[in-house]
Amino acid sequence: MTAPIETTGAAAEAQPEAVLEGVASKRIEGRSLGQIAWLRFRRDKVAVAGAIVVILLIAVAAFSRPLQALLGLDPNAPNESLIDPNTTLPKGDFGGMSGDHLLGVDPKFGRDLLARVLEGSWVSLIVAFGATLLSVAIGTVLGVIAGFYRGRVDAFISRMMDVFLAFPLLLFAIAISASLQGGAFGLEGLPLHISVLIFVIGFFNWPYMGRIVRAQTLSLREREFVDAARGMGARGPFILFRELLPNLVGPIIVYSTLLIPSNILFEAALSFLGVGIQPPQASWGGMLNQAVKYYEVDPQYMIVPGLAIFVTVLAFNLLGDGLRDALDPRSR
Amino acid sequence: MRRSVPVATIAAITSAGLLLAGCSGGKGSSEGSGEANAATKGVVNASDAKGGTVTYAMSDAPESFDPGNTYYAFIYNFSRLYARPLTTFKPGPGTKGNELVPDLAESMGKPSDGGKTWTYKLRKGVKYEDGSTVTSQDVKYAVERSNFARDVLSLGPNYFQQFLKDNDGGGYKGPYKDKSKAGLKSIETPDDQTIVFHLKKPFAEFDYLVSAPQTAPVPQAKDKGADYTKSVLSTGSYKFQSYQEGKQLTLVRNPQWSAKTDPLRKQLPDKIVLNLKVAQSTIDKDLQSGNTLVDLAGRGVDGQTQAQLLTNADEKANTDNALGQRLVYTAINTKVKPFDNLECRKAVEYAIDKKAVQTALGGPIRGELASTVLPTDIAGYQKYDLYPQKYDGDKLDLAEAKKHWDKCGAGKATTTILARNDRQDEVDAATSVIESLKKIGVTAKIQSYPTSKYFSDYAGVPAFNKKNNVGLIMMQWGSDFPTGYGYLQQILNGKAISKSGNTNLSELDDPEINKLLETAIANTDKAAREKAYAEIDKKTMEQAALVPLTYFKVLMYRSPKATNLVSTSAFSGQYDYLNIGVKK
Repeated sequence: MTAPIETTGAAAEAQPEAVLEGVASKRIEGRSLGQIAWLRFRRDKVAVAGAIVVILLIAVAAFSRPLQALLGLDPNAPNESLIDPNTTLPKGDFGGMSGDHLLGVDPKFGRDLLARVLEGSWVSLIVAFGATLLSVAIGTVLGVIAGFYRGRVDAFISRMMDVFLAFPLLLFAIAISASLQGGAFGLEGLPLHISVLIFVIGFFNWPYMGRIVRAQTLSLREREFVDAARGMGARGPFILFRELLPNLVGPIIVYSTLLIPSNILFEAALSFLGVGIQPPQASWGGMLNQAVKYYEVDPQYMIVPGLAIFVTVLAFNLLGDGLRDALDPRSR
Repeated sequence: MRRSVPVATIAAITSAGLLLAGCSGGKGSSEGSGEANAATKGVVNASDAKGGTVTYAMSDAPESFDPGNTYYAFIYNFSRLYARPLTTFKPGPGTKGNELVPDLAESMGKPSDGGKTWTYKLRKGVKYEDGSTVTSQDVKYAVERSNFARDVLSLGPNYFQQFLKDNDGGGYKGPYKDKSKAGLKSIETPDDQTIVFHLKKPFAEFDYLVSAPQTAPVPQAKDKGADYTKSVLSTGSYKFQSYQEGKQLTLVRNPQWSAKTDPLRKQLPDKIVLNLKVAQSTIDKDLQSGNTLVDLAGRGVDGQTQAQLLTNADEKANTDNALGQRLVYTAINTKVKPFDNLECRKAVEYAIDKKAVQTALGGPIRGELASTVLPTDIAGYQKYDLYPQKYDGDKLDLAEAKKHWDKCGAGKATTTILARNDRQDEVDAATSVIESLKKIGVTAKIQSYPTSKYFSDYAGVPAFNKKNNVGLIMMQWGSDFPTGYGYLQQILNGKAISKSGNTNLSELDDPEINKLLETAIANTDKAAREKAYAEIDKKTMEQAALVPLTYFKVLMYRSPKATNLVSTSAFSGQYDYLNIGVKK
């Protein structure tokens, strides 16, 4: 949690960067909260590495289609000649790795794995970001309201959170994904599947964010600066959005970054269960699902999407940890 | 359709397999038992040696072992160990296994009244395991309970209800509701040895109908409705010793069974144990190590084991690649645009790259390229190909497809293709079909649904297909009995199109085909019937109502320790379970 700078007491000592190191620099001035956080973050090498990987991943996902076009790859183009018809496995070692197919091809169809991983990257990330955005939006608004108004409002919202947390999410996800296959809300095919995934994952995960925000709000609303604002005649909405929310940005960023990898995993799990993205559209979970049948005879097929998920989740987690340390050092 | 694939188990099996596969080291057995496919050509390890335990395993558990309450081909096969139907199939390799012989009846049925009345005489001296004598009333009761009490026993087919004359005035309600002594009046039992069936219409293949385990006698006093599965009263060579639901079934010799009344069964092993809910990959390993002798479901080994077996010459010798009397096909919906146009359908016939689809289905091991409606192992099959495909290397020549597509004038079209999401091979095949059709300008998207609701809620509901623009439907069809009628009637009969549970997925209603089906089944001349089936086959393909993809095959591991193994067409390529023994 990032509090307004306290100039006295233990908290001030915990933020040595607030005091300049010496007279080496020409101008002497205080540092903003952002600068302090950035300084801390920069020193954390692991987090910086995570951030670089995350940025790369986002760039790859955003430019996945142009990249494929540039490399001359098509994630759905079959290559029958690369498959041994008897075993239906790729010809050659390491899952058919070759100059044309750097990561090999998949069994049965001979589709290029690099192309499919690239194609799967934007699906995974768009679902993870979309779902995170949705749960952060709902969670923040309801969490702040519950924490600030307390009493009946808080009781109602808190019980609602309990209900959502007790919901058998996986079963619901399976049911809704299966029943919305044909087309709904004017959408069909891939856009529909992505929207459904975003909704299912995002809508049912907001209480986690909501609880964190509520707890932070509860402690913030008793602070002097809130009292001061109130004393000057500020009313509920003003205090909520101008006084409390800016102070909640830190924890929100931190927990969103940590929510993204868990959402990536959830998307993969749903696709693995066959209720997420439908074939032939490539997705990481879907690829894993198909690879399970071949893990002994063609491990390559499982390793490629498995590594993609692993690297992404790890990078986001490292970044999230680093951000937490930087923005909220006392929660360590 | 007789189901050979347990509903919706595949996903569960594959994930459980992950955990279990590493445990049992599958040692290759050095004692070979002949060459690859030996059991499709003859009986392997023929032996009369008695004793030992034969172990079966299955990846799922069937809902019931009650001969009157099942529709699985493997239970049809297995139930004959403890329940004798009027007729059955003689153990034999491949299509030779389609030969029908009397079992509980002393001879085949005697038709009269132009094929509308069928009379059977039971063998004398057949006893239940408790020593009481089997009577024709018990056979009548078995048919009544299995076909007319759908609220109690719902799993089996109800052919007898469709074909037998019903009682006047409201119809017969089954033995659990209708306690009258006469019961169903169209089955008569003039004496303890004789049973007479009266049909609504002539039905020349009635002998095949009575081969269903539904005709195995059940004494009314011992029937417990749906719970009868727990304590079936045996007439066969083995009887129930213990049954733990979902876990294990143990059969032991039936002392009341006598070879004098039974020319088919041999009663070789002392004990038969069936282990249920074993992961498929574990079954495959156990088969190779000799811990399990037979995979009951007979679906063949999983894809991974297949790849391992085929790359090892010694192990390959222990496999049987058997035809399953099934066709994998894509039904073209003749009622949905643009496929209501014959030229468009013809274009699809040429455009679908069957070789690519074959690979997606698991390669030639899982099915040979098909060009007809009837599978090769059903009598009446004639080889022909109305839409021959030309390949240039691996590439399909699309000249003919494009010509027909231009003629139909649909230009760029979109459609939906249905598949069953718990059958990965089917989804893969659909994926391959989508790629093929892209090349003639058809954009297809896949929608997949669970097997358990495929016919009741989705593919089998014409209104659903119309609403969702479903032009293509993935399908696999096996017949209930190995004749052209048993195979074709359910998938081509225009009069059988129903609002739900429909299996005529093309919605083809061709008066000529309907007429041919109707006259063929009334014809007592076998050769004439088979000719008619071949004609129906051709007429269907002229209409391009479906795209035959492959003649389904299974790759089974043949345990070198088991004796009398023979893969029979009559039971979807499974081994015939009547006389399997174990080597000492």
